[in-house]
Amino acid sequence: MAIEVRIPTILRAYTGGEKAVTSSGATLAELVDRLDARHPGIKERLVENGGLRRFVNVYVNDEDVRFTGSLETPVHDGDVVVVLPAVAGGTG
Amino acid sequence: MVEHARRDHPDEACGVIAGPVGKDEAVRIVPMTNAERSPTFFRFDAQEQLKVWMEMDDSDEEPVVIYHSHTATEAYPSRTDISYAAEPNAHYVIVSTRECGQDVGPVEIRSYRILDGAVTEEPITIREHTPSETSREPRVR
Repeated sequence: MAIEVRIPTILRAYTGGEKAVTSSGATLAELVDRLDARHPGIKERLVENGGLRRFVNVYVNDEDVRFTGSLETPVHDGDVVVVLPAVAGGTG
Repeated sequence: MVEHARRDHPDEACGVIAGPVGKDEAVRIVPMTNAERSPTFFRFDAQEQLKVWMEMDDSDEEPVVIYHSHTATEAYPSRTDISYAAEPNAHYVIVSTRECGQDVGPVEIRSYRILDGAVTEEPITIREHTPSETSREPRVR
């Protein structure tokens, strides 16, 4: 059972430079745990206090998971998960 | 970038300039929606960002420049700008419309590298763009 996870440039240090890796799980939370088992430290960059970090965007099959249950979003074999750092800033 | 910043003033405008991976050449400007629609904060619309990032991926491009505007302060990265800068290969360009607003008038445009919280300013060179010559021309910095 494999789910493709696309890794942004800034997190590729955790994946040995790989742009995409595979993981598995029934939910995004499980998938992130298994991802972290193989690429230690990556979970810390995605999750904070049990929730998705505010300035990380995660998409399952092009859907922003903020609208589909966040870390509880179900994932399936063949799904594509994309991680992108939010582009944000401001003077305030 | 300047047109976009003036158009959206007093809200912050933001966008990206894509270019071929590894060439450090700013080629294709993509104005983005500021999902915050705020004079003090910007964030790329998440769905639009995915679409634009996938398009870049498909055409072997990367974000060479990430730009946004400051509408009441100088064109220097704020603490927030520095803490959210997450594209290590990008040039972060800031356009300040504090003097001109939506009108023709003085605009400040400055460019920075932001890596692990460290800000380094760099000069900007503007040149005629001839796509067929991009591989031979000097780099835009």
